[in-house]
Amino acid sequence: MSQAAKPVVRHSRNSRQSRGDVIFETIVIILLAILALTIIYPLYFVVIASFSEAKAVVGGEVIFFPRGITLDNYRECFKNGDLMLGYKNSFCLLLIGTAVYLFLTTLCAYPLSRRDLWGRNGIMIYCTIPMFFGGGLIPTYLTVTKTLGLRNSWWAVILVGGIATYNMIIMRTFFMSSIPFELQEAAEIDGSTPFLTLIRIILPLSIPVICVIGLYYGVGIWNSYFSALIYLSDKNKWPLQLFLRQILINADLSAVDGGDVSDMARRAMRAEIIKYAICVLASIPMLIIYPFIQRYFVKGVMIGSVKG
Amino acid sequence: MSDHAQVINRPRNKGFMHWIRQRRINKNWQFYVMLILPIVWYFIFCYMPMYGVILAFKKYSAMKGILRSPWVDPWYKWFQKYYESPYFARTITNTFILSFSSLLFGFPLPILLALLLNEVRNKFFQKFVQNVTYIPHFLSTVVLVGMLTCFTNRDFGIVNKLIVALGGRSENWMQVPSLFRGLYVGSGVWQNMGWDSIIYIAALAGVDPQLHESAYIDGANRYQCMWHINLPSILPTVIIMLILNSGHILSVGFEKVYLMQNDLNMAVSDVISTYVYRISLLSSNQFELSTAIGLFNSVVNCAMLVLVNQISKKVSDVQLW
Repeated sequence: MSQAAKPVVRHSRNSRQSRGDVIFETIVIILLAILALTIIYPLYFVVIASFSEAKAVVGGEVIFFPRGITLDNYRECFKNGDLMLGYKNSFCLLLIGTAVYLFLTTLCAYPLSRRDLWGRNGIMIYCTIPMFFGGGLIPTYLTVTKTLGLRNSWWAVILVGGIATYNMIIMRTFFMSSIPFELQEAAEIDGSTPFLTLIRIILPLSIPVICVIGLYYGVGIWNSYFSALIYLSDKNKWPLQLFLRQILINADLSAVDGGDVSDMARRAMRAEIIKYAICVLASIPMLIIYPFIQRYFVKGVMIGSVKG
Repeated sequence: MSDHAQVINRPRNKGFMHWIRQRRINKNWQFYVMLILPIVWYFIFCYMPMYGVILAFKKYSAMKGILRSPWVDPWYKWFQKYYESPYFARTITNTFILSFSSLLFGFPLPILLALLLNEVRNKFFQKFVQNVTYIPHFLSTVVLVGMLTCFTNRDFGIVNKLIVALGGRSENWMQVPSLFRGLYVGSGVWQNMGWDSIIYIAALAGVDPQLHESAYIDGANRYQCMWHINLPSILPTVIIMLILNSGHILSVGFEKVYLMQNDLNMAVSDVISTYVYRISLLSSNQFELSTAIGLFNSVVNCAMLVLVNQISKKVSDVQLW
């Protein structure tokens, strides 16, 4: 109904545009343009710096365009064994983690979306309490390492994440509001079981919400380092972020071992510039999936917030 | 629903099976099977640690485990120890200031952004700004802090180049204590402003266009519409978000603070979560003390949430529960 009314409103707005409104909109557009620039410029700078020669960046010559375009910085990154290992580990964690989280979240959200399920509210409360109250760092750490014995294991890092209740609620709300209950009933009359209904009817209809929540989980896994810092002592299992921390923040110069760079000052300068390339490389995987899922996620947030 | 009614009308003579059938548990058993894994997960990773909180009242010995470790004599011993330690005031003050100033700047700006975006009628420009503001959300904390470090590096950073060019003195910003809070809050706003505005943009999409229509007829301009129609319309969403955020008033994300922390800015950057990590896993194994601090932290957060919810219930009729 409101959609049908929209064009009319737009039209009337246009025709009623007074001078004050024009000034207002101009100010709004200028403000937003400034905002967009402040957000995009640091990112743009990182990218052009990563393609420039170290001397030009350090000399402050790189401001709007790259100078002395070169791929050396990236070449150096790819030579770095730690970074590549981190990349590989992070990708494995990302794939396994997202799959496990989506699996658990769906298994939790679907039954809880059924209004004919006895005990639904009780289970819902059981799932929501941990949102507001948690055991804290040490009890969780002891449960994982002592009780479950998951020392230095990827499973500790993955399983601690498990179900994010907020995402589960988003998914449940989607199942309840966007998939007609009659559809499920009809399937059940035709002899479908709950598992079959989930696979054949619910999941194909929920691709947007699954993509969105998959994205949330994926970005979370790729970008976080805390669980890995706590649970993984073996450097061979470290995800990318821990190696990045070593290079970017703890300023570990061993990352740069270019043969021609001998004296400390030049080496430090070189390391500084390579950091830009590392930033780009570390962020690219998330920025690549983003446009594909982008059209879904505003919808996903809407489901979770407005209706839930 | 009809067979449900039939079940109820049957004579009650089967006891347990009747109870089961009445609640459709026999028909829906597969749903309960699905729920087994999630329930087990919640139990192990959320409820067992909650139970582990009793560690805050015990003298932990790794040999005996949490359960068989002896109780500590005055039950509040660890709380008292934290209260009397020199870190108490420092960690609490820092945590509170950081999260409060993050809320102060990080909360209204997304709302303003959403309101302004809503006023733009050029769809392309609107989408462009929207998508640009989302990008930083996808950067990891490590990359964000890495970028900050690079930009503000004393010798090579672009920010210092600019300051020197303007006649100032270059400094390693990350090591200046007085700049820590500004950098923390500023980079947080930069990173999350766009993402946090999504929820308000979604709420604004639900504002009834007839309200605008009638306001125009009554001679309102667009600025007035924004303040007097759009903002009040999304107010419930705003309040809900405010309540939820107030539940984090005494918890600052560990990851970013820990990365920005160094020996020189410890006085302003030491927060509860980094202190807990430092005394338990990083150096000395003071498991009980850190559990006690964690418990204290959780309780304060919960209390804040309940308190703000109560206030909101009184003042505005919007509430979480």
